[in-house]
Amino acid sequence: MNPIKKYLDMPNDSRSKTIVVALTLCLVCSILVSTAAVLLKPRQDANKALDKKRNILTIAGMMQPGVSIEESFSKIEPRIVDMATGLFVDKMDPTKYDQRKAAKDENLSVALTKDQDIASIRRQAKYATVYLVRKENKLDTIILPVHGYGLWSTMYGFVALQGDGKTVKGLGFYEHAETPGLGGEVDNPLWKEKWVGKEIYTPQGDVAIKLIKGGVGPSTSNAQYKVDALAGATLTSRGVENLVHYWLGDNGFKPFLKHISNEG
Amino acid sequence: MNASAKKVVYDPLIDNNPITWQILGICSALAVTTSMNTALLMSVALTAVVALSNMSISMVRNHVPGSIRIIVQMIIIASLVIIVDQLLKAYAYDTAKKLSVFVGLIITNCIVMGRAEAYAMSHDPKMSFLDGLGNGLGYSLVLLTVAFFRELLGAGSLFGIKILPLTSDGGWYQSNGLMLLPPSAFFIIGFMIWAIRAWKPKQVEKPDYRIHEEQNPDLI
Repeated sequence: MNPIKKYLDMPNDSRSKTIVVALTLCLVCSILVSTAAVLLKPRQDANKALDKKRNILTIAGMMQPGVSIEESFSKIEPRIVDMATGLFVDKMDPTKYDQRKAAKDENLSVALTKDQDIASIRRQAKYATVYLVRKENKLDTIILPVHGYGLWSTMYGFVALQGDGKTVKGLGFYEHAETPGLGGEVDNPLWKEKWVGKEIYTPQGDVAIKLIKGGVGPSTSNAQYKVDALAGATLTSRGVENLVHYWLGDNGFKPFLKHISNEG
Repeated sequence: MNASAKKVVYDPLIDNNPITWQILGICSALAVTTSMNTALLMSVALTAVVALSNMSISMVRNHVPGSIRIIVQMIIIASLVIIVDQLLKAYAYDTAKKLSVFVGLIITNCIVMGRAEAYAMSHDPKMSFLDGLGNGLGYSLVLLTVAFFRELLGAGSLFGIKILPLTSDGGWYQSNGLMLLPPSAFFIIGFMIWAIRAWKPKQVEKPDYRIHEEQNPDLI
């Protein structure tokens, strides 16, 4: 007798039919879900790559209506930087180098000690991809990749600095899973606007950016270093502050910024 | 389509609408209706999920052990939602990003589970599919109506195209910020329920109790 029919003919509530139905269903569903995931992966990755480019452009204030993302992005020059020395490295292709993958590779990254790891990222890649925009042979914008832990997730984003390497031109995240409506407001354009024009370093060269409660007004002392924190999202705000401190500090891009501002 | 099939599809549009009559699926109606684009995409996603899940559940209904009935329904619904989510990420990335968690939350949308349990478990696949389609369309109708008012009054546009010139851009229309916040969806859904029940008085529920119109002076 056909074994499938044997099971179909069993009473529905018998123990073996329950197990067989559950197993078959899980098997069929998992095959469907994984097929969809595998088949659609290339398209999704292409979308993500395009989205990353769009984010870099938006953060640098270079999105123009009517101009395609690929065309605007061609004005941006990606370069690889050695994080330890702050110097450019030419042995790798910046369009192919994957910093996020490298951060997980033991040969391509360094483990951080507890004191260093204020952004809770555990490992840092030895090399980073930075994006430069030059206008009339002068450095106009420096776009640096940053990431760090918020409340629920590692937030991946960029900080854009003016050519002097000190003044913020923009900040934004392209991937995070913070609470929508609270920490998720890191995506809010109004909040991101508050970063524009802020100073990163004190005259002594320390990272001075602080996210404060209660808003930044004309009466706030040292307002050039302060940004209004997100309402109802203390931990996400702290995460953003920490990651800015980390990535623009001594272990982050500070050596690179020093080097590039000397070079001009 | 024969008469009963027609009734199954058209009934949930107004007479038996999942949101305004069954009062199901309100939460997502609040969250995704700030613009027509997100509302439309959510409507398509939900209609696809509820129609297909109804059909698949109906196909296996005679062999589902009662003890694991709900789990079987959930697995089928969840798988369909994941597939829909993957499709949106591949083909409608920007809008899908705005919908963020709400596509995944279709799994917990009461309409999907409610139709599976109330209809698909006791009807054949074709009718179940049509019932899912009808309920999905009923949900879409409400979602799009709410989104129409919210986007038009809140942002002065429809599908992202400017209709009313905003004062911030030098026009005459002062946008209503409340319309972009979740409570406005409550007001609009409330007004819709009122309007539908004024039009179709048989939807008005009988009061549970009634206060006497006149007090009896002898009792005081």
